[in-house]
Amino acid sequence: MRDKLFEVVEDPISVDSLIKKVEDRNAGAITTFIGTVREITGKKKTIYLEYQAYKPMAEKMLAQIGKEINERWPDTKVAITHRIGSLDISAIAVVIAVSSPHRKPAYQANEYAIERIKQIVPIWKKEQWEDGEAWIGDQKENVPYPTGKPEIKDEDND
Amino acid sequence: MIEVLLFAQLQEEAGKDKILLDIKEITVKEIKEKLQSQFHLSQVKESMVAVNEEYALDGDIIQTGDTVAIIPPVSGG
Repeated sequence: MRDKLFEVVEDPISVDSLIKKVEDRNAGAITTFIGTVREITGKKKTIYLEYQAYKPMAEKMLAQIGKEINERWPDTKVAITHRIGSLDISAIAVVIAVSSPHRKPAYQANEYAIERIKQIVPIWKKEQWEDGEAWIGDQKENVPYPTGKPEIKDEDND
Repeated sequence: MIEVLLFAQLQEEAGKDKILLDIKEITVKEIKEKLQSQFHLSQVKESMVAVNEEYALDGDIIQTGDTVAIIPPVSGG
């Protein structure tokens, strides 16, 4: 059974398999977000990224994001897969698929998902540069809330 | 026994991915202080704590048999 909606994996992610997971006869839109490994950040050149996860909790937190999305945007279906391990430039690190009867919630919920991943999901990346390495933290310059409300702006969602 | 899992930079600082503490009961705040003073894990200060895979607050109580994870600022995506 490859039907887990919220997964942390070590193998390459198939975007198509996530689309399949959210397909629905009542859906009028499916959005996908594909997060890939970027080579240049500022002036630094990345050789590859190393992702690590607290896997059982990470999958739980991904499922929580799915639940939050279903509460905010009823009738959506969500699937998220995050890859860990060593990832080369341009490799796919995360895929989020959201289906919805209408397009707007599909776009909004998809953006919400990636913002929440960066807040609450216990996954870390280590940058390998030409001249060194470092674990990256706190990209959003905030600390995840235990039960918390999302930090993204609300005004466009209602 | 309380098992404390370490990740990312904390894991490298400690040179291991878990620490076993022979403690019956301790608060989240106390365990953070202990890891900083006794194990010199400076990044604990800016980390969240999860108990049995759920984020916990400073006042929450950890008991023997619980699995604790120190969660430094995350950087997935």
